[in-house]
Amino acid sequence: MGTSRLLMLVMILGASVSAQSPTYHLGRTPTAEEVRAWDIAISPTGKELPPGRGTAKEGAELYVDRGCRTCHGPTGAGGKAPTLIVTKGAPTNPGTMPGMDMGIMAPGLMAVSAPYATVMWDYINRGMPLGREGTLTPNEVYALTAFLLYKNDVIKSEDEVLDAQNLPKIQMPNRDGYPGHPEWKHGEPRLRNYP
Amino acid sequence: MESKKRPSRRKFLTSGAAVAGLAGAAVRSASGQTPVSSPANTPAPAPAALARAAAEKRLKDLIAYGERSPFVTSLREPADGRPSPDAFGLTFHVVTPLGESVGSITPSSLHYVAAHRGFYVPNIDPKEHRLMIHGMVDRPLIFTVDEIKRLPSITRVHFLECIGNRSRPAHKTVAQTHGMTSCSEWTGVLLSVLLKEAGVQSGASWIVSEGAEEIKGASSVPLAKAMDDCLVCYGMNGEPVRPQQGFPLRLIVPGFEGIYQTKYLRRIKVVDRYYMTYNDYGHLQKDPKVVALTEQLGPKSVITFPSAGQQLPGPGFYEISALAWSGAGAVRRLEISTDGGRSWKDAELRTPAYRMAHTRFALPWTWDGKACELMSRCTDELGTVQPTRAQVAKYWNEPFGPGYRVKGADNTVQMWQVASDGSVHNGNV
Repeated sequence: MGTSRLLMLVMILGASVSAQSPTYHLGRTPTAEEVRAWDIAISPTGKELPPGRGTAKEGAELYVDRGCRTCHGPTGAGGKAPTLIVTKGAPTNPGTMPGMDMGIMAPGLMAVSAPYATVMWDYINRGMPLGREGTLTPNEVYALTAFLLYKNDVIKSEDEVLDAQNLPKIQMPNRDGYPGHPEWKHGEPRLRNYP
Repeated sequence: MESKKRPSRRKFLTSGAAVAGLAGAAVRSASGQTPVSSPANTPAPAPAALARAAAEKRLKDLIAYGERSPFVTSLREPADGRPSPDAFGLTFHVVTPLGESVGSITPSSLHYVAAHRGFYVPNIDPKEHRLMIHGMVDRPLIFTVDEIKRLPSITRVHFLECIGNRSRPAHKTVAQTHGMTSCSEWTGVLLSVLLKEAGVQSGASWIVSEGAEEIKGASSVPLAKAMDDCLVCYGMNGEPVRPQQGFPLRLIVPGFEGIYQTKYLRRIKVVDRYYMTYNDYGHLQKDPKVVALTEQLGPKSVITFPSAGQQLPGPGFYEISALAWSGAGAVRRLEISTDGGRSWKDAELRTPAYRMAHTRFALPWTWDGKACELMSRCTDELGTVQPTRAQVAKYWNEPFGPGYRVKGADNTVQMWQVASDGSVHNGNV
């Protein structure tokens, strides 16, 4: 038994080494610091979220100080840029783009439409403010995310502290909005029996 | 770190203006017209020697880098609903003038441009650019562009198409109904080569591809597709990929909708789940069947001549010309109807039928001068036939009528109406 398990282990190792050893030996190994700096896509599990914390109350000040209101409007609506905060009865400007009429998600309304709060953190961190992307600190991104979640009635207190541990666990209104992808296979139609 | 380097937008705009000015000057000189300017700002006439030197320089520039004839005026135009540049100066969707296209390759200058948020075209120094492969791999790697070019190269013709490419009754030309698709010859390295160098670990199922532009646009791509036929491209139509198309590196995911074709590619992270990036979120769909219709694109075709907005001078011989493509592989057949779909004739192949590539077909036709309805439908290598809008409505068990909206990517048949005066109109309602 011990011998056969060892033999199997050797076989598996051998197979994986021969299948995965590099052929061209080009490129170099990135440093841990390079990977950390570039690794900004946040999984729904939140495992790439950096340490930090923020509240909606702090976010409300940042919304003014960092210039968000200049483009998105003082109430999170009515600006040149997409609506961020849904106020009952008020018109929203989702921002027009080709495909909106077939269900492209409103770009600003992630608090309402994204299945995971990580989508908001990721986008504010990588994409805002326009022209000064990447200048917000992790604490500021947590605070702005909290602010938009609070203003859209997703979290209930403006003093609730968001961090890397609790942000991925927030129950978003559209939590069940992603049904998963059918497995893609070479040489198969996109949807069987579709005309 | 190169990712921190912000391209100088002003410098880029200035150099763009300089190029535009040069083109304008060349056009005036070639067409023999004198520049128009008001007396108030007319400078003192330049000495003849200066004018001669300027003309000589123009000629040298044109000999070094050629231009199209001033009589050729095809231009891209903003796609419906949003100006490009928009209120923030972002480059947004512009469409290819398909009505004036010939063959199967789109000139790089006329390739459609799209970006989920709109973008500032970055001015990336290829010497500074890096591509990192990491995540669930045995050996994370960083490549320079020169190192990517040392790897075995591959050249393939592939179309790209935006998911928003759909015909609406208000559209007046084939550029407006279908112009968010273009086709180029792409040169680069198979992504599978890079992933094998890094050694993909078991349990991995997706990759996240990410660009280096200001928003660092990122999309989730199935690992099976990444290992199948995706290309990391540095070449486009025989030259480096154009800045609007992703210079210096662009991911091509053949046959998938445009959002997957990551420009300015700087990072591939191998992961074990769909990451729901901002781009992914933008294309979120609740119905798994619709999800399936938003990834790999179905067989699609359109008649580019005669098409809406064009004018037939009178009865007589014409060649009906159409483009066909499929996200599932090569186009095997294109049929054309001149009687609104009552009868169909096989069109003739006019270009090589590459997989996931625009393919040109044509049908000799003698117009009798009577009003008629032109349609095309294609069949791909899987035997899938391009559907009509009515067939799609039937599949979803929905009533079909004017304004019917096709779910997912719209690959339905387009109808053009030829009036007895030779004018051609959008027949989709």
